[in-house]
Amino acid sequence: MTVALLIDFGSTWTKLRAVDIDSGALLGTAQGPSTVKTDINVGLDAALSTLARAMNGLPDFAVRLASSSAAGGLRMVTVGLVRELTAEAARQAALGAGAKIVGAFAYRLTAADVAKIDALAPDIILLTGGTDGGNAEVIVHNARALTRATSRCPVVVAGNREATDTIVSLLSDAGWPVIAAANVLPALDVLDIEPARAAIRDVFMDRIVKAKGIDRAGANVDRVLMPTPAAVLEGAQLLADGVSGREGLGALVVVDPGGATTDVHSIGSGEPSTPGVIRYGLAEPRAKRTVEGDLGMRHNAAAIVDAIGLDALAERAAMSAADASAALARFQDVEAVPQSDTEVRLDEALVRAAIDTAVARHAGTLETVYTAQGPVQMQRGKDLSDVGWLIGTGGAVVHARDPARVLRVACADPHKPYELRPRAPRIALDADYLLYAAGLLAQVNPQAAFDCARSHLRVVDSNADDERSR
Amino acid sequence: MTQTIVTGVIGADTHIVGNRILSMALEDAGYRVVSLGALTPAADFIRAAIETAADAILVSSLYGQGELDCRGFRDLCIEAGLDDILLYVGGNLVVGKQPWNDVEQRFLDMGFDRAFPPGTRVETALAALAEDLAGREAKREPS
Repeated sequence: MTVALLIDFGSTWTKLRAVDIDSGALLGTAQGPSTVKTDINVGLDAALSTLARAMNGLPDFAVRLASSSAAGGLRMVTVGLVRELTAEAARQAALGAGAKIVGAFAYRLTAADVAKIDALAPDIILLTGGTDGGNAEVIVHNARALTRATSRCPVVVAGNREATDTIVSLLSDAGWPVIAAANVLPALDVLDIEPARAAIRDVFMDRIVKAKGIDRAGANVDRVLMPTPAAVLEGAQLLADGVSGREGLGALVVVDPGGATTDVHSIGSGEPSTPGVIRYGLAEPRAKRTVEGDLGMRHNAAAIVDAIGLDALAERAAMSAADASAALARFQDVEAVPQSDTEVRLDEALVRAAIDTAVARHAGTLETVYTAQGPVQMQRGKDLSDVGWLIGTGGAVVHARDPARVLRVACADPHKPYELRPRAPRIALDADYLLYAAGLLAQVNPQAAFDCARSHLRVVDSNADDERSR
Repeated sequence: MTQTIVTGVIGADTHIVGNRILSMALEDAGYRVVSLGALTPAADFIRAAIETAADAILVSSLYGQGELDCRGFRDLCIEAGLDDILLYVGGNLVVGKQPWNDVEQRFLDMGFDRAFPPGTRVETALAALAEDLAGREAKREPS
């Protein structure tokens, strides 16, 4: 038997999954603390010895792959021309590459913007602007502005192809590592973020891993392939699309509410589900990731309370406002695991609120425009109405008392028909936290990776139609 | 160099057919066409023109509300740094039977370089465009 070790260097935990490379069978799981700030190997060794106990000794791993969101994740700054066009395309590419966007700039960079980028000290900058054959002046201006910064970091250039050569020589002459990729928006109606994503991932693998001290785990890890959110997105895409010999699940949504942020991934075209609806705005990526930086169960619990109000939150948790405050105070400790019944209920109310808001922001919207020819419906973003699966991942959902109830808040609300959320998906859990592992294993054996993720999906609720037909 | 033209139907107007014919004719004539289609807000014409470094914007309006929709269009262009862009408008621009000369003047005052009445042939618009773009080119050359 050949075994793969799949590691997630998280911000709080170092997680391990041992998977049979040929069959995709899950052989063991373990976790240890995250110790990237001191020596990443301490946490990894602790996790490995737990795994050894669980598996009666460690096998000789054929391959050891890792993803990482430790040391602040992949911190990126994006630069584009028009906010709604190339600047937005750049954001989509960075998010799809699993980055945490710490700054997003549009139009011409000013001296103040450059100072701000210096202060942000990103790991990578993504520089875009202009369609192919379109505006070249602003992206060149922005490259020149960057040469006046004091710090240096890798720059991925993915703008108007006519400007690329000029920018590459401008920046490399000024001491910036530059990587050229295809334009994220080659034409106004063509979004092409895959080449930029791949370039970002290469930079991450080749340079960022080292810069963050993750490469010190070298003796125990063959390759740190990508940021963890990118691995989860890969896993989700694998489940949706399937691989040769395995039929995928089709369009799906994954929600991942964490301590500091809530991630939503959707795989699917997002085309209008009702005929006659006109699509509007920038084209959408088939594999789309959004991150709500203001919605987190612990670090950002206060923001959730601000968003929906303490009284409303307490009501949803069926408790008094005073009890809710007390429980919230205890959640100030970001590693707190809910203990009492009150805390568990409040925790669920928080996670439901976070999922509700995050999915509402991720999903597309319908707007009715009244024209001389009658009302016309216009769709912005992706229509997720007909998505077949809704999958929850992460402790906050998986360990909830009633995960189906928690996840159901992501679904369409008949009172809000303009929000294009999933109408009647099957609801399932990534119960053993395998999506990231599948995303990593897919690089070695996609079939086994698919089987591993698919067989461990725990269906917690199916839609009414399925129940009738059974 | 290939010149880039942005086309679209402005406002809450769904009449796409004429605009599509115009866009196809422009493509046949060798222009790079950025076709925004029906129901396009004024701001989207501007955004598209910036990102694609367009040479001209051709606005269609067929439902009689064009005057309202096009108000301030040139100002938006100037604000966005497109001071020099060629602006055309055409279609059923106003409600009712109004003398074309009055209507045309109103749109020229709004900052459009040309306005075209209903029933204008595609060739007429193409000829005007070629002439105006060549004129701009010639003006730029001396510098």
